[in-house]
Amino acid sequence: MRRLILALLCCLSLAVHAAPDPALLRQLAAEESDEKIAAIQKLALSAEPEALALLQQLADGSLKDDKGEEITINNRVRRELEGALAVLKLIDPDVTVRFAAVKEIASNVDVAMAPMLARARDRETEPKIRALLVEAHALATLKDADPQLRIAAARALAGSADPNTQAQLKAQSEPANEPESEVRRAAFQSYLAVKDRLTLAETLGRIFSGLSLGSILLLAALGLAITYGVMGVINMAHGELLMIGAYATYAIQGVFRTHFPEQLDWYLLAAVPVAFFAAAAVGILLERTVIRWLYGRALETLLATWGLSLMLIQAARVIFGAQNVEVANPSWMSGGLEILPSIVLPLNRIVIVGFALFVLALVWALMNRTRLGMFVRAVTQNRAMAGCVGVPTGRIDTVAFALGAGIAGLGGVALSQIANVGPDMGQGYIVDSFMVVVLGGVGQLAGAVWAALGLGIVTKFIESWAGAVIAKIVVLVFIIMFIQKRPQGLFALKGRFVES
Amino acid sequence: MQRRNFVKATALTLALAAAGFVTRPAVAADTIKVGILHSLSGTMAISETALKETALMTIAEINANGGVMGKQLEPVVVDPASNWPLFAEKARQLLTQDKVAVVFGCWTSVSRKSVNPVFKELNGLLFYPVQYEGEELEKNVFYTGAAPNQQAIPAVEYLMGKDGGSAKRWVLLGTDYVYPRTTNKILRAFLKSKGVADADIMEEYTPFGHSDYQTIIAKIKKFAGEGKKTAVVSTINGDSNVPFYKELGNAGLKATDVPVVAFSVGEEELRGVDTKPLVGHLAAWNYFQSIKNPENDKFIKMYRDWAKKQKLPKAESVVTNDPMEATYVGIHMWAQAVEKAKSTDVNKVIAAVGGQKFKAPSGFEIQMDPKNHHLHKPVFIGEVKADGQFNVVWKTKGPVKAAPWSPYIPGNDKKKGEPEGK
Repeated sequence: MRRLILALLCCLSLAVHAAPDPALLRQLAAEESDEKIAAIQKLALSAEPEALALLQQLADGSLKDDKGEEITINNRVRRELEGALAVLKLIDPDVTVRFAAVKEIASNVDVAMAPMLARARDRETEPKIRALLVEAHALATLKDADPQLRIAAARALAGSADPNTQAQLKAQSEPANEPESEVRRAAFQSYLAVKDRLTLAETLGRIFSGLSLGSILLLAALGLAITYGVMGVINMAHGELLMIGAYATYAIQGVFRTHFPEQLDWYLLAAVPVAFFAAAAVGILLERTVIRWLYGRALETLLATWGLSLMLIQAARVIFGAQNVEVANPSWMSGGLEILPSIVLPLNRIVIVGFALFVLALVWALMNRTRLGMFVRAVTQNRAMAGCVGVPTGRIDTVAFALGAGIAGLGGVALSQIANVGPDMGQGYIVDSFMVVVLGGVGQLAGAVWAALGLGIVTKFIESWAGAVIAKIVVLVFIIMFIQKRPQGLFALKGRFVES
Repeated sequence: MQRRNFVKATALTLALAAAGFVTRPAVAADTIKVGILHSLSGTMAISETALKETALMTIAEINANGGVMGKQLEPVVVDPASNWPLFAEKARQLLTQDKVAVVFGCWTSVSRKSVNPVFKELNGLLFYPVQYEGEELEKNVFYTGAAPNQQAIPAVEYLMGKDGGSAKRWVLLGTDYVYPRTTNKILRAFLKSKGVADADIMEEYTPFGHSDYQTIIAKIKKFAGEGKKTAVVSTINGDSNVPFYKELGNAGLKATDVPVVAFSVGEEELRGVDTKPLVGHLAAWNYFQSIKNPENDKFIKMYRDWAKKQKLPKAESVVTNDPMEATYVGIHMWAQAVEKAKSTDVNKVIAAVGGQKFKAPSGFEIQMDPKNHHLHKPVFIGEVKADGQFNVVWKTKGPVKAAPWSPYIPGNDKKKGEPEGK
């Protein structure tokens, strides 16, 4: 590919005129990859707008041969094709196109490309692209015959954060590849700088994935923190309330697909209130029919809600089928945000972290800033006294349970964006949710927040050196030991608690 | 009624019944019961539900063509719910209560290992339709999926070659159970025999149903960034594939940089994924829906019609895949063997299955090996296209004989190429 790019760069300014050859099309449709690549090179060298269009069609898979069949390409051809397209697009007026083209070229540079990269660098006005070109040029001159230029290049690369640059600098600092000790030293120094930066980036990436897992755990556990933590109901059907939220999202997606296909990207916003109220309605139903008869009898509540969870799973199977359903990410949640070349933060996870913060703020305000929240706290602290001063304790129980269920529904909306939506999806989260609430300290929202974030980050750090299976075991063992030492959890309620 | 008319009427009724026009349930004595043992719920339902439908469709096709030995086939469907011990219970129920002549089922190797003792004890007959790790030859099982030399080894060889990108470093990524562990053991030995150092191989496992692939993708990126061309071999099974491929797309890991070749991901698993960021990632199978030949056209049309008739979810976009084809071929081979043996007796059928031939949708007349209970299968490597189908980029000239005992595992050279006790 390098040879091709070089040849291309030489003719770019000449713009040789030649009509697109029908024989070339046949060659593109050839069975052998070598033939195809030769045809691509010929086309690219002609550097005509038609050639560019033809290559673009080939890359998109819309190019047909003379029999009307699609011309297919494999990864090797695709790599050549992308390289060729990138060079042709280097002079594109559109900044984003040019940026992508420079990135493509920078991933595979050669010493002979240095003069052309220097020209492109000097011509470039966009600082973002210019910085990339500076780096690409330095990478190219790292193999220059002049040791002074090599030293300058190695020094210039110290500011890079690209794993590819790191590998190149490392190779350059070894005696087998570099005869001059001066250059080796400069390359090694830059290598250390890049390595430090990459290690930092890696840690940041890990903390982000920990935060992301923590926010998911928090969304799953926040509803439980109210029903179990505040009200003392061991709700084994909590996972199924998450499932209801996820299926509500799926249902809203279906409604948008059939009725508002233009606004499909925004179905998630509509799904948020629907999921909340759907799960809350099921919560009210559970509370009114079963749970309220069992207050204060933990074991019976546990068994009854476990039975309810089985019924809810079966109901979902009957209504939606036993297979997972597809909930698509809206386009504004697909893809990722590139912080550094080595870390890309997926947008769906960023949105979920934000959503978790939003739900947390909502719950906090509701519990601490409203009359309802005050009543809930009053009933929690001293049910008899609250009743005496006129708090309708029975109704408050129902509303609080509905609130917990509704928040679980919101968790379900978030889960639908990153995990599979199926009838038994809730089963996978019930253990995690209880872990968060118990670890955080029963009866405490703040405890749930710290426990969720802590568990998320710890899990991700263990995962990165021991793997996902071991991480799960280690975390579970850790929680068992922790609860042995500190049964009240991270944060314990102080003062006159109703059960103490 | 005159006697002649009576004979005519009876003959007509029988002919109609044989042609499948009579829908009333057949009398028990006139049917042969066959068991279908696939997870219809749980983590494997994403893959196995389609196999149940394929089995039912094939049975309906055979019944419409007159059944087997003049008898109609009666399917008995059970749901082992991705629960491995439940597979053994359901298999026992099929063999002892329903008294089925044969069972078509299982996907994961752990489920097959769970039912093997049951089939051995009760002398049942199982047709297993999925590619697997080998290292097994049971008298009571016929394997219609690929052995490692019919899928895993050719795929890795392709990635080592020029067209595959000359990969030098390898990530072996899988779900944590017997199939990925064994396959990776074989692949590691194979890579070592090709001169790949241990430091250039990374092995990673996740639990069943795992849905958070951030750490793993970050690790792959780091591993690939240490120089040398890297490729990923994925033996992830079940619905974990959806979050894995979603994360892969979101993280911007392109196939031209780090190609991922999967052994348990086909058209069906990709239905729930946006495949545009995944173009160029690979899968190795013995069949793809995109293969063009008359048998395949017929097979695809038959399944599409079946999906519409049965009102399957999203019937307008159903796809066919390799294990579905293997199920289809397996049922036909069993039916042919029963015709040849003129009996559904398990021992007689086992003797008759070896050497059976069938013109398969993969475009070849494929044969059941006379001895080793495996099919001779062609191998295809396909790249994911933007529409979720596969574009075949490499294939063998013809069917390849299966080697269930991989030569890359020490001690296997002494093992016989046929089941014990035959």
